[in-house]
Amino acid sequence: MQKRNYILDTSPELTRKIRLVEKYRSDGTINPAYPSRLLPYGQMPKALFLIGEFPDPSKKTAAIVGARSCSAYGKAEARRFAACLASSGVQVISGMASGIDAWAQRGALDVRGRTFSVLGCGVNVCYPRENYSLYREIAEGHGGLISEFAPDALPLSWHFPIRNRIISALADIVLVVEARLKSGSLITADYALDQGKTVYAVPGRNDDPLSQGCNRLIAQGAGIATSPEILLEELGLPVSKNKEKEKREKQIPPEWKKTGEFRKIFTSLDSREITLSELQEKTGIEIPQLCLVLMQMCMSGYAEETAPGYYRKTN
Amino acid sequence: MFCSILSAAIYGVDAVPIWVEADVSSGMPVFSMVGFVSSQVREAQDRVRTALRNLGILLPPKRITINLSPGDIRKEGTRFDLPIAAAVLQAVGEIPEHALDGVMLIGELHLDGRIERIAGVLPSVLMAREKGCRICLVPAGNLREGRIVSGIRVTGIRHLHELIQFCKDSSLPPSEPDPVSEPEKPAAQEDFRDIRGQTPVIRAALISAAGFHNLLLSGPPGSGKSMIARRIPGILPPLTPEESLEISRIYSIAGLLPEGQPLMKSRPFRAPHHNISAAALCGGGMIPRPGEITLAHRGILYMDELPEADPRTLEMLRQPLEERRITVSRSGGTFLFPASFLFIAAMNPCPCGYYPDRERCSCSPREIELYQARISQPLLDRIDLHCSVPAVSYADLTSPSGDVVSSAQLQKKVTDASLIQQERYQGESFLFNSELPVSLLNRYCCLTGEAARMMENAFSRLGLSARGYHHLLRVSRTIADLEHSDSICEAHVSEAICFRRQSRHT
Repeated sequence: MQKRNYILDTSPELTRKIRLVEKYRSDGTINPAYPSRLLPYGQMPKALFLIGEFPDPSKKTAAIVGARSCSAYGKAEARRFAACLASSGVQVISGMASGIDAWAQRGALDVRGRTFSVLGCGVNVCYPRENYSLYREIAEGHGGLISEFAPDALPLSWHFPIRNRIISALADIVLVVEARLKSGSLITADYALDQGKTVYAVPGRNDDPLSQGCNRLIAQGAGIATSPEILLEELGLPVSKNKEKEKREKQIPPEWKKTGEFRKIFTSLDSREITLSELQEKTGIEIPQLCLVLMQMCMSGYAEETAPGYYRKTN
Repeated sequence: MFCSILSAAIYGVDAVPIWVEADVSSGMPVFSMVGFVSSQVREAQDRVRTALRNLGILLPPKRITINLSPGDIRKEGTRFDLPIAAAVLQAVGEIPEHALDGVMLIGELHLDGRIERIAGVLPSVLMAREKGCRICLVPAGNLREGRIVSGIRVTGIRHLHELIQFCKDSSLPPSEPDPVSEPEKPAAQEDFRDIRGQTPVIRAALISAAGFHNLLLSGPPGSGKSMIARRIPGILPPLTPEESLEISRIYSIAGLLPEGQPLMKSRPFRAPHHNISAAALCGGGMIPRPGEITLAHRGILYMDELPEADPRTLEMLRQPLEERRITVSRSGGTFLFPASFLFIAAMNPCPCGYYPDRERCSCSPREIELYQARISQPLLDRIDLHCSVPAVSYADLTSPSGDVVSSAQLQKKVTDASLIQQERYQGESFLFNSELPVSLLNRYCCLTGEAARMMENAFSRLGLSARGYHHLLRVSRTIADLEHSDSICEAHVSEAICFRRQSRHT
């Protein structure tokens, strides 16, 4: 039997945390607990289910969304952008789908930031199941799990596009990391534009199907997210200088100077993964020596293996 | 009158003595057979009676009882035709008493009295030598196989009248085996020279062959996984005489020894289709017969399209991969089959085959996960070398054959490394690094300081299991042997790590 790809968590400690927040109180006035950012827009749900908290309206908030089947590059970028934003106090919102969404939220949690998931299923359902550790961590007080669907609601395909309007409405800016030409992330971007939010996209190569959606957003006038600092500036937050410096220092590993092989391999590696064969052809170094240097680079964090036999430079 | 003749039955990978007893007594003229015999053995009565009549010997209209003793071992196959015929002849007084004392007989009869070759002669003759027989009479077609065993007289017979003649005046039929045209050794058609590019894969194949380390090739369709796997038998170290005898014994029982070639001269290469059943893989039957993993003993078991195989069948490989033998329990008994094989498998990384090339692969993460999860982690943990075989570029494909390595060059390296191993493990019960028991790892695998640091680093970064660590040490040992290095250096360890599967999720 094929395993179901969601986990219905019925444990009492989680069920106890579920809250229902309605837009209107019984006397017809607006409920102050309802997220104020949703109030200006029509077609917002009358009630939301919640585990944890809603994003703090007084703090800056960024939505990071993208493809589910992302590349290793997209994954690393999502994590890096989220970590940088979260460490400056920005709240990260996403849809907790697999791929970019999950990695962005993971990136925020890496630096003990706050992150919020707007789910396409009930708040006590974790979909996809691979995100269960992320789900638990958020439920345990690192942000909030938000859903307009009733608890126990299954992840049905029509839930996902409509929950995107809440993601964009809760955010100040929307960042799309990787998206194909037909992507749910572009729906989020469309909602964001309707709601008057700023949209940023991480640029990619023209021939990369996973970047074509982003590139088209840029062509249509979206901001170009070349670094997280640009987003911080957009949000009006101070950019810490020493972080950039730190990064630049990391770019020049001291071992480079030692051998020509280091330099050769380091320059042949790319942010897109390549196979050991390609690397060997590019550098012309014998396999044993290539493995030695490559493993040293992996161990000290200059390179990583993304899939068996595929390597990329880490940034 | 009663008489008894020695024969042999195959029981697992061994032969056990079987006494074929015949008795002729007055009563209704019937031919009855007892002694836990299968229907194949029971059919012998018709063959024996007809063959004897065709020789002009008419059986008396009396009750003939045949018993195959011991009665608690199930007898299968057609090998008892000849001893049954001999027992009947002796019981009816056609051949003298005591003429067949100290003689072991096996063989299948034709209706005209000719004797047909059978499977499992080699272990039967070995058993006869142990029992102290003076002579073994085997079908002439199996004579070469029987002659491998020294210290016992083995003679081939072609026809039942040769047996009668032998019993009457002890004259042996001409003992030279039938001349068989030596099968011409096929020129090695599959050579590593045909492979373009794929340098890391060839390197992995080299390490795999040198230390008998299991290898998993994963890559898109058409990248040459099967092509490479089929070339690995050509670079394996040559068989030692003991290994050759071990394999020949198994192949003799399975009836797979080619005619005219009594000893297996090359390592077996078994490539079962992925729809193979558990019994065919591990051995099965009422009296279990060796399965593919036993037939691949001291050779290669190659499984293409690994995720397509039945997961339950695949999991059967776990124990044999670790213990290098398999215990098969059936109603007929419990048997231990040797299964020390080099496991080579090939797979696509995802249903469409192109992951992680996102331009061509459109599988969802879930599909990829489910596809890869068809091979369980414990099984993957037992495979030392994981190598991705990327698609070949046009430039590589059309490159001149100048800078490619040939199988001969690779085999030279493998043979050198295996000689180093044989020398080191003199007096031990194993031959290759992959068989190195955990208790001896410390003695034979000394890491240099740098290598130990790299290993420590890798252990925590890769989240290795204890088994994973031991496998890593063994592969490092082989790489060091390939470089003729006594101690294991950082480069050897890092190469072993490089070919070790690393977890996909960080």
